Amino acid sequence: MFLFPNFNLYRQVIESMRVAAMKVFLALLLMLGVGGPMLAGQTALAQTPAEASASQSQSDRLAALEKQNANNATAIAAAQTAGDNGWMLVSAALVLMMSGPGLALFYGGLVRKKNVLGTMMQTFAMMALVTVLWALVTYSLAFGQGNAFIGGFHNAFLHGVGLAPDPAYAATIPLQTFMIYQLMFAIITPALITGAFAERMKFSSMLVFMTLWTLFIYSPMAHMVWGKGGLLNAAQAGRIPCLDFAGGTVVHVTSGVSALVTAIFLGKRLGFPREPMPPHSVVLSFVGACLLWVGWFGFNAGSALSAGTLATSAFVATHFGAAAAAIGWIIAEWIRQGKPSALGAISGAVAGLVAITPAAGFVTPISALWIGLLAGVFCYLMVVKVKSWFGYDDSLDAFGVHGAGGTLGAILTGIFANSTINPIFGAGKATGLLEGNWHQLINQIGGVAIAWSISIVGTLIILFVVDKTMGLRVSEEEERDGLDLSQHGEEGYDWAH
Amino acid sequence: MQKIEAVIQPSKLDAVKDALVEIGVDGMTILEARGHGRQKGHTEVYRGREYSVDLLPKVKLEIVVTDTMVDDAVNAIIAAARTGTIGDGKIFVSRIDEAIRIRNDERGEIAL
Repeated sequence: MFLFPNFNLYRQVIESMRVAAMKVFLALLLMLGVGGPMLAGQTALAQTPAEASASQSQSDRLAALEKQNANNATAIAAAQTAGDNGWMLVSAALVLMMSGPGLALFYGGLVRKKNVLGTMMQTFAMMALVTVLWALVTYSLAFGQGNAFIGGFHNAFLHGVGLAPDPAYAATIPLQTFMIYQLMFAIITPALITGAFAERMKFSSMLVFMTLWTLFIYSPMAHMVWGKGGLLNAAQAGRIPCLDFAGGTVVHVTSGVSALVTAIFLGKRLGFPREPMPPHSVVLSFVGACLLWVGWFGFNAGSALSAGTLATSAFVATHFGAAAAAIGWIIAEWIRQGKPSALGAISGAVAGLVAITPAAGFVTPISALWIGLLAGVFCYLMVVKVKSWFGYDDSLDAFGVHGAGGTLGAILTGIFANSTINPIFGAGKATGLLEGNWHQLINQIGGVAIAWSISIVGTLIILFVVDKTMGLRVSEEEERDGLDLSQHGEEGYDWAH
Repeated sequence: MQKIEAVIQPSKLDAVKDALVEIGVDGMTILEARGHGRQKGHTEVYRGREYSVDLLPKVKLEIVVTDTMVDDAVNAIIAAARTGTIGDGKIFVSRIDEAIRIRNDERGEIAL
């Protein structure tokens, strides 16, 4: 009832606009008809002062138009920067939310209650420690100008990291936005490792270990995949172009494999596997996993480094991957154990998010479903079967989820990557194996192999050094008391009050 | 005076409490407890690892009543707490030498 009169009004307005436009058009035609001969006359005749001023006004108008055009271009660029920068700042905050509440709750719920604060504190400490390191030197080592393996010290102390964009990374956002966004990745990556050595590592040694790990493993790996002139950088013609949209190898393979190494190096928790060590609160883990899922949109869709169509594509793939993996894990669990557990569902979703991380921004939504489904089943088997075969105590399954899921995702990216989603090698050029570029699968395996090698060798050396100088594990008594009391002098839950 | 300690299913607490109030029991003390009798608990599975949980959540209820009320109280608890399945709990009855009301130093049954 209300629509009709409004609709008529619009029609009237449009009609009157059309009439007005016609009038303007006719007037322009008339002016051209009169003005054309006048212009010709001007050039033919000798220049009188009056004519000179006429030609002056012509060039003035041209200059004004050019100025207008330039102003328009500036305004358009500013508008795009505003849009892109808005999304990237939100994305950066979302990725920090994955660490702060997300991972801290996810891991905190999985440990025994005497270790809840100690576990959460390990993740929180990364938010502080890695940030300071980033400002001092690690941003420069990861993203500064350097060789194929590591950046240099040009950007140490954030020298030269200002508000102007660096087109080599992202042409439409301030370099500082790029820097702070990448920092959030550098924070969560070591935080993921803490799941492997949960409930038994000294806080002081953990800080030193993580400092060295960020310097010698994260920085070179980030530089190789994303940095200027990096060996594996697909966007900037690296020698072995490896597709890693949001950090499948840089974040998940490095953290997952390093996690496995630390779990084995530190040894099992006291009483493992004889004593029961069930999660003290799946509820906390549940909330944490859901925050991880939401935060992951910043992680993956933000990796488009702009608010355009690529961000949408990555966002959609991320969500589909997580959903399919939750289903995959639950189906496997339901068949093998008879019941679909809440912990299984959230673990599956996280495994799917890990696996879709390198692929988001390269694959179609349906491919994302396949990647998620495969990751859900694969990580379930890694966590439930493979871990017990080998008997290592990867306490919170940092390797089983991140190492295994990241490796699978990186390889599947080489299979499913599609040039219609992201023509990274040029328009119409095949990207993944399914499009006929089998070479990409080999590059992906190469990238994964490099990440595994650096993680194993580097982490072993760092662990050895820290173990010899300050010791890695808490004493047996401290371990029995729990990290909350022995490392921090407090308790997560005070039942007496 | 006698003390009745009843370990019951947590879900039966309200029914037992109402039944005791109905027969005139004025005070009671409730404790959240864990334990097992012949019922041996259950298994839980977290990421494929099985844990047997043999200490189950229970509620322990303590009341002290006059000798004449003991049978009524015990019967009320049994009637309200019984489901007929394993894990319904147990009742223990013991003698109490003295009861003292802290507020005014009353002693004996009057303090109950």
